[in-house]
Amino acid sequence: MKIKPAFTEQIVKKILFISTAFTVLILLFIIFYILKNGLSVIDLEFLLTSPKELGRAGGIFPCIIGTILLPLIAIIIATPLGVGTAIYLTEYKREGRLTRIIRFGTECLAGVPSIIFGLFGFVLFVIYLGFGWSILSGGLTLAFMILPTIIRTSEEAIRAIPYSYREVSLSLGGTKWQTITRVVLPSALPGIVTGVILGIGRSVGETAAVIFTAGSSLRVPASLFDSCRTMAVHFYILAREGISMENAYGTAAILIIAILFINLVSYWLMHRFMAKFS
Amino acid sequence: MASKIELNNLTFYYGNFMALKDVNMNIVGNAITALIGPSGCGKSTLLRTINRTNELIDGTRLEGKVLIDGKDIYDAQIDIIELRKKVGMVFQRPNCFPLSVYDNVAYGPVVHGTKKKAELDKIVEESLIATWLWDDLKDKLKRSALSLSLDYQQRLCIARVLAIGSEIILLDEPCSALDPITTLRIEELLVSLKENYTIVIVTHNMQQAARVSDYSGYMLLGELVEFNQTSKIFTSPKDKRTEDYITGRFG
Ligand SMILES: Nc1ncnc2c1ncn2[C@@H]1O[C@H](COP(=O)(O)OP(=O)(O)O)[C@@H](O)[C@H]1O
Ligand SMILES: [Mg+2]
Repeated sequence: MKIKPAFTEQIVKKILFISTAFTVLILLFIIFYILKNGLSVIDLEFLLTSPKELGRAGGIFPCIIGTILLPLIAIIIATPLGVGTAIYLTEYKREGRLTRIIRFGTECLAGVPSIIFGLFGFVLFVIYLGFGWSILSGGLTLAFMILPTIIRTSEEAIRAIPYSYREVSLSLGGTKWQTITRVVLPSALPGIVTGVILGIGRSVGETAAVIFTAGSSLRVPASLFDSCRTMAVHFYILAREGISMENAYGTAAILIIAILFINLVSYWLMHRFMAKFS
Repeated sequence: MASKIELNNLTFYYGNFMALKDVNMNIVGNAITALIGPSGCGKSTLLRTINRTNELIDGTRLEGKVLIDGKDIYDAQIDIIELRKKVGMVFQRPNCFPLSVYDNVAYGPVVHGTKKKAELDKIVEESLIATWLWDDLKDKLKRSALSLSLDYQQRLCIARVLAIGSEIILLDEPCSALDPITTLRIEELLVSLKENYTIVIVTHNMQQAARVSDYSGYMLLGELVEFNQTSKIFTSPKDKRTEDYITGRFG
């Protein structure tokens, strides 16, 4: 029996629709499930007080601080390094074996499991450099973890800028650096910001690399050399040790809301910037 | 008349490919010189040797000399930034930056260190007046340049060059993206500018060369076949190949 192409077309369309619907449903289900179980425990006290009895009671204030500080340090370090590397590879280095090796290397790094970065950060920052389990060690480790993403997205964004912009700037007597800072980077900014947002998202949600390097102290950190616990780690410990599923869901709900919030704010910022620029 | 730009035995290579062959040319100041010839004959290449943007391309080599005001611009002593200020370039497609009208015109002065707002304002105004844009754009300086029509954009590109205080303006087929009517406006503009500037324009449109230029050069396969006053080139070409091209038998 021969199947008519029109019939195949129908079937394919249905299957594709079902996969899409399935994906969206699972996603919505996860979000709904976590919010449903988590929202009930969230109030101002939950946000602003320290945990008691290992997290069975009390809030998650220190974890919120940790979740802000670690990705912040990671971004502060990884953005200039990553964008700098991308600029060097695209604007200063001629395409050749070296650039291909570097690109291959970054791609491999992007695929390395985060726990390996955790181990690396533990050996280098915690032990060898003597930073101990600390915000600094954790932030540095996360920085290296998200570096490949930032390099990749920045490089693509910079490459997408038409050569004609560079040509005009140079023909008007601009230097290469002026051309990069005044023409290339502003035009490439949306792409670069996307990479940075991806990086923030990854580091906010990271657990393995953070437990190894920032530890899991529940005290409010007083300096960069103090250990701290992020929300993701807190959730992991609460759930795994069976300390309090309720508070675990509460933490997860805040984590999800935070990530949504970060995305919305960055899109808003980007739109404002784009409107001003073009 | 004294020549502003002199090309002496100029030969240019892309890798092993000889794109310009022993070109000799004296370009007179305060006049419009047109370069005509079939596509691929080296017109753009020749133009780019005059502001040294050719050397941005890997693997190129130049022999012979390019003199501006009697000075060899390929001399090691030459400040390339100063050279590019003096020799501005307008490209085939209007290529305004994705910035405001004001910032496009002010771009050159700003990168060359002009900081005072009043000074920039004055430069922007003068450049826009000279390109006949001021009346239409004086209330739209904050608008994105990319929102303008193509001929406004192209005139803005010319204004951008005037703003850096260029003495020489190189234009590479500046009207190829424009319709016939706006093309005429650009041509009139160029004629009005030649009082103060030395203009070299590449065009594959012979009527355009005939309309605007004082001197014309016909190029073929990297050679400058004939170079003379435009009236002579178009009425009594000396070379058979020029004649064939001009009468439309070729090209
Ligand atoms: N970047 C380049 N690399 C190699 N060859 C080039 C390059 N640019 C131009 N050429 C070659 O040089 C010759 C002249 O090109 P061009 O100056 O652009 O001609 P025209 O402007 O008269 O059309 C052409 O044969 C072209 O293929
Ligand atoms: Mg050309």
